[in-house]
Amino acid sequence: MKEITVDAEIGSLDRVLDFIRQELKTAGCDARAEIQITIAAEEIFTNIAHYAYNPKLGLATVRCAVSDQPLEVTLQFLDNGVPYNPLEAADPDITVSAEQREIGGLGIFMVKKSMDSIDYAYHDGKNILTIRKNLHR
Amino acid sequence: MEIQKARSGSTLTFTVIGRLDTTTAPQFETELKSSLEGVNEFDIDLNAVDYVSSAGLRVVLLAQKMMNKQGSMVVKNVRPEVLEVFEMTGFTSILNIK
Repeated sequence: MKEITVDAEIGSLDRVLDFIRQELKTAGCDARAEIQITIAAEEIFTNIAHYAYNPKLGLATVRCAVSDQPLEVTLQFLDNGVPYNPLEAADPDITVSAEQREIGGLGIFMVKKSMDSIDYAYHDGKNILTIRKNLHR
Repeated sequence: MEIQKARSGSTLTFTVIGRLDTTTAPQFETELKSSLEGVNEFDIDLNAVDYVSSAGLRVVLLAQKMMNKQGSMVVKNVRPEVLEVFEMTGFTSILNIK
């Protein structure tokens, strides 16, 4: 599994996404899956950058692995911030009008919808969020 | 991301080129707030956008809310990757997509 460790702040987002895009390209991932996976990564990393250490600073590690049989991408996000399980957040109501729409929670909802699995664990003082997506070709 | 603006009378078109994400959404919001005065038809052309994250959705929703008060808004030339995001999040029922 390859990994990158960066300051957990929005300014690191492009580096994280470039790292993931490079790994996905090497694996021969198609454009559509690449977009879905990078959107998911943006949503998760942005959450970490905003909430994990706020108002202090800290580090975040992103790991990426691509396996054969099944051809699957695994991304893992680790931080030493406050324990937070994003899967416990209620799904937003996506049936209401524009005026009543609230945007909070939409990011993690998109991750749940577009990935094949998403798992949260808290070990040794670390939040560990793991997402997987099958690359059907 | 780049935004090309075209104004004709009270009609304004934003042609967006690039990604609408956490990094670029603030620029879209700034352009939006400084451009909508006196506009009653607002078109957003997304032909050159293949990536919209929740930060992008937030500013598109903001545009829709602003235009609900002063006219109408159309989102044009939506690519399949972006349509998928709009469908997944229920945005297809609050936006006028053509």
